[in-house]
Amino acid sequence: MTASSTGEVFPPANSVGLVEPQICQFNQPLPLASGYLLQNWQLKVETYGKLNADASNAVLICHALSGNHHAAGYHSEEDIKPGWWDAYIGPGKPVDTRHFFVVSLNNLGGCHGSTGPSSIDPFTGVPFGPDFPFLTVGDWVDSQALLADRLGIQQWAAVVGGSLGGMQVLEWSLRFPKRLRHAVVIASTPKLSAQNIAFNEVARQAIMTDPDFREGRYQEAGVVPRHGVGLARMVGHITYLSEHSMGEKFGRDLRTDKLNYGFGVDFQVESYLRYQGKSFSERFDANTYLLMTKALDYFDPAKAFDGDLVKALEPIQCRFLVVSFSTDWRFSPRHSEELVNALTAAQKRVSYARIKSPHGHDAFLIPDERYEAVFTAYMQRVASSLVVNNGNGEVS
Amino acid sequence: MRQDLTIIANWVKPQSRVLDLACGDGELLHFLEEHKSVTGYGLEIDAKQITACIARGVDVLEQDLNRGLKNFADNSYDTVIMTQALQVLRRQDLALDEMLRVGQEAIVTFPNFAHWTNRFYLSWKGQMPMSKTLPHQWYDTPNIHLFTFKDFEALCHEKGLKILDRAVGDFAYKSHWKARLWPNLFGEVAIYRIGR
Repeated sequence: MTASSTGEVFPPANSVGLVEPQICQFNQPLPLASGYLLQNWQLKVETYGKLNADASNAVLICHALSGNHHAAGYHSEEDIKPGWWDAYIGPGKPVDTRHFFVVSLNNLGGCHGSTGPSSIDPFTGVPFGPDFPFLTVGDWVDSQALLADRLGIQQWAAVVGGSLGGMQVLEWSLRFPKRLRHAVVIASTPKLSAQNIAFNEVARQAIMTDPDFREGRYQEAGVVPRHGVGLARMVGHITYLSEHSMGEKFGRDLRTDKLNYGFGVDFQVESYLRYQGKSFSERFDANTYLLMTKALDYFDPAKAFDGDLVKALEPIQCRFLVVSFSTDWRFSPRHSEELVNALTAAQKRVSYARIKSPHGHDAFLIPDERYEAVFTAYMQRVASSLVVNNGNGEVS
Repeated sequence: MRQDLTIIANWVKPQSRVLDLACGDGELLHFLEEHKSVTGYGLEIDAKQITACIARGVDVLEQDLNRGLKNFADNSYDTVIMTQALQVLRRQDLALDEMLRVGQEAIVTFPNFAHWTNRFYLSWKGQMPMSKTLPHQWYDTPNIHLFTFKDFEALCHEKGLKILDRAVGDFAYKSHWKARLWPNLFGEVAIYRIGR
């Protein structure tokens, strides 16, 4: 523990502290849903906590659209912000690293170190760009299963994820029913609605119509479609917040004390959205954004069963915790309840909580007393079953 | 052990499928899972109780019973249970319909408003009765539809529902000869098993 220049102690209490991502290189080709065979791919991974002797305490964290492997802790003492889910991963937090070995990765197709559109295609020697193969949620889960093999994890104690991460969790329970004991699906959905797809399409159009997009070959041209990515993020960001939380945060507050009678920034909310768009465009790859939103749109496990979700859920063997948030209008409680109702109709084990929150879809990332209580209670049950597994009365 | 749990457990078939409406902290469902190997879910609306169920390992679904059981198919459960909650719902008749649509049988428990202490309280004091089973003031009580054993049986009769079993007792569900003889006067709480 050290004290920083601001006098605050590093790392903060309940933090996993300094973490270092690692690269896992895979030489076995990965067959994708599109028919493409991906060769020589890699995943960027962070782990927190210790894997126990029988490898029964592993928890997989699946990230959402713009997430990555850095879910908790800090990369350096100078980091202003910890990982994206630091509020929920760490010693004494819902995903308690004193009990669990937590694995978090950047999904395939991502732009934070795993093989993706900005990686060099080994066959051509130039970045994949728009030629990177289409990915599905199922492809991600397949790659995560190979990662589990690599780490010596036969069965996850739990697979956990919010939003798009929750879809990966559901896919895990269907694709590898024996390889997880618990599934935690937060603010997610068994399929996107027309409205969801519509918002994704606006985001994609914003990117693809940016003159700097260059049919996706912007990297070779040495440009970045910042404007398009920024716009896409602005649209997305609106759907992550609730009308209420935006109103609370900005109201109709003006940037200066008067209207400018022009199309510049008048209102605080405009300034905020522009800032969000700009900062996102500096750290996120356009082709990755296109890929990820399409994977979201395509996800529909019921499709192969004539739309019968109950039938689709038949293979499930694990227990579920499903959580939704009252003001989430991106994946509203109705979406979660569709999954819960199908799980109960299929006679699967499931608990469901609908958390009252003003924060819209983003609520799954934000500290909240009840959400924490529910999540903690569930994960403690998961941890307590490890005692039985180990048989030595010790949660290791 | 809570007497009502034992009585209800005796009426529930082993390995049957059970829905427990307003399941509280999951004590009953947990008991039935342990002793009768039942499967099923508890439905609850109270945040703290839901967390308590999850902590116990009981499968609980957050759901408002006043909105019915639309998400459950006809005859999909053997037994639908509701303990000490019927009186807080908006429409008891519709609740019973829903319970017996989803379940083959229903088990309900509720406080008897015609218990002699309530009658005495009201006639002597001229105020809404308060007791161990009815601890709230008239203005803040969740028990918005209080009724008596006789009322309940009349409703069952009107709806053509069969009363398959009945256990009447005091606050702790202990039976007494007076309650057996004059249930509507001396019974404080009752457990009914009903069917179509």
